[in-house]
Amino acid sequence: MTGKDIPIRAGLKTRRIDVDYLARVEGEGALMVDVVDGELRDVQLKIFEPPRFFEAFLQGRALTEAPDITARICGICPVAYMMTAVHALEAMLGIRPDEGIRRLRRLLYCGEWIESHVLHIYMLHAPDFLGFDDAITLAREHPDVVKRGLRMKKAGNDIVKLLGGREIHPINVRVGGFYKIPAVATFTALLDELKWARDAAAETVFWAAGLDIPDMHRDYEFVALRHDSDYPFSEGRIVSSRGLDVEMAQYPNHFAEHQVPHSNALHSVRKPDNTPYFVGPMARYNLNRDRLSSATRKLACEVGFDRTVDNPFESIVVRALEVFQAFDEAIGLIDNFFVPARAAEVVPAGGGVGVAATEAPRGLLFHRYEVGEDGLITLANIVPPTSQNQLTIEEDLRDLVASNLRLSERELTMRCEQAIRNYDPCISCATHFLRLQLRHG
Amino acid sequence: MARSDRPRLAVFKFASCDGCQLSLLDCEDELLSIAERLDIVHFPEASRRMLTGPYDIALVEGSITTAHDRERLTEIREQSGFLVSIGACATAGGLQAMRNFADVSDYARTVYPHPEYLSTLETSTPIADYVAVDYELHGCPVDKYQLLEVVLAFASGRRPQIARESVCMECKARGNVCVLVAQGQHCLGPITQAGCGALCPAYSRGCYGCFGVKEQAQVGPLIDHLRAHHGMTLSQARRSLRAYNPAAEPLQIIALQCDKDDVSGSKKGSGGHDG
Repeated sequence: MTGKDIPIRAGLKTRRIDVDYLARVEGEGALMVDVVDGELRDVQLKIFEPPRFFEAFLQGRALTEAPDITARICGICPVAYMMTAVHALEAMLGIRPDEGIRRLRRLLYCGEWIESHVLHIYMLHAPDFLGFDDAITLAREHPDVVKRGLRMKKAGNDIVKLLGGREIHPINVRVGGFYKIPAVATFTALLDELKWARDAAAETVFWAAGLDIPDMHRDYEFVALRHDSDYPFSEGRIVSSRGLDVEMAQYPNHFAEHQVPHSNALHSVRKPDNTPYFVGPMARYNLNRDRLSSATRKLACEVGFDRTVDNPFESIVVRALEVFQAFDEAIGLIDNFFVPARAAEVVPAGGGVGVAATEAPRGLLFHRYEVGEDGLITLANIVPPTSQNQLTIEEDLRDLVASNLRLSERELTMRCEQAIRNYDPCISCATHFLRLQLRHG
Repeated sequence: MARSDRPRLAVFKFASCDGCQLSLLDCEDELLSIAERLDIVHFPEASRRMLTGPYDIALVEGSITTAHDRERLTEIREQSGFLVSIGACATAGGLQAMRNFADVSDYARTVYPHPEYLSTLETSTPIADYVAVDYELHGCPVDKYQLLEVVLAFASGRRPQIARESVCMECKARGNVCVLVAQGQHCLGPITQAGCGALCPAYSRGCYGCFGVKEQAQVGPLIDHLRAHHGMTLSQARRSLRAYNPAAEPLQIIALQCDKDDVSGSKKGSGGHDG
């Protein structure tokens, strides 16, 4: 984070800001913004995260290994990877687990959304709004706020730990269901803390809505799952704010991945015009507000969020609303516990093509597998949320820089970082470090 | 202890999923007191404050997969008093070390339409392959309480108290029925280092070895037993050895023997290598 004057071309004076590591994101990346003579020239979100080649080493592995292997793509949202693999492979094999399994899977998703969203709200994003480097310094001035966040996060992690075995890279998820269904009493033992956490989530919504939120509006194409009755986790159709409404299997017909030289993450675009689109909490919220619980809708009304949200800086409030929704649903699922007939369905032999999309905390996650008759994977394609948002992030930054050139370099750098964190980018997923290199004259 | 006298802790990341460093943030009950006891001066996943060294303790996550990372690691080592590698990627190459047994250009072509844009090494290797490491903490992911123990031990100048026994010992202590003996499940518990609390057997599945190979593990005899008595195929054996800690030498040796379809009694000893 140094600012210095360096001439880049005769007659032009250019200042450069280097932030050697964009902090509070998951992974390694950089942002380069070029402003020459007061004019914005270029914006590139670079992802340095070294490639790990998951899709390649899935080839030749048994389909039953896919959930545990794909979990390792991301330490923060392993459940989303595991469950997307599970849904894709179950769809291929014609496995239909019963309502009890379906509900437990929703509960597991609730747990992961909570731990991931609360981590982001309190530890990664809030410090931007309040002018702190991190949650630890924030805690020195606002200890009760940070302690509330940590306790909520733990409540989410407790769900994942009980049902998944551990918080990071759970071990209890399998194609067909679970290895073991924990005793009902172990779930009901969580209820008191979950009810405290639901109240804390409501406080979080009011607190987030009261932050000093920068104003910025753009015309986005929001893309998310939409289900007949429930707020979307892993079922439904892929819909967009511009009229797309297709089955999951149609995803490759409407979205494409491109590679650009400056990034180890592939960029996704909408076909046919190669346009950017927007996945994640705001997209889900805008396309599924009518699927929220009545308590969440009431809360949203109280903070003035019974509307389409098109300011990405308001994503922190939307995440808080989703945290409330997840606690609310988790409590409902445990209150009306539905014991599955069996822990898992039998996995039949055979192969084919399996496709699924689910809503990871950061947005739509797509998996496609081709499997031989011997049950070994021959081809895997995984499209994480962050690579889908990458172009949209670049366009947000373009807009933001162009309209905020009056800000000091420090302020503009901070604002750009905050704007990137609006998307909670997970660069480990999209291949991770953001190095902010802002050059302007 | 005066604030300025606190040990300086830094966290670094190489090729990984972030899960092991996330374990520190998952210490919800302990995080704020840890931050009082140590000065967390470099932890990019959590803070914009990134101070330069020297550091008293460096936690290093991830494996080395690029030439640039290899150089970065050397600088970190020079700046650090104790360097602790955390997790399967940092201690045994991680899942991404499966590339070590394939042609990496094939891998790149499988995932990327323009592999020429990438810069990557042929292999994914543990931190200790390049620099001296003061302690290796196993796990995919590490256990957060073991991580706390390691950090607090080095902060107070003592060796960490981490069990090096097998998962079987924890499994017995937990009172689990042996899933290998009683159910014939393909369990890697006997050769896998403890630390997870025998989680998988407690959830009715065989251990899949995510905590890496224990010291003096008898990898060959276990694989031989699973193949002879529990229907493990050669392909399954190879896949179970080349998974979460594929660069661990005792696992590599037996996996290579599987490649040769030659897992025989006389050749299978691991030779007491430390994983």
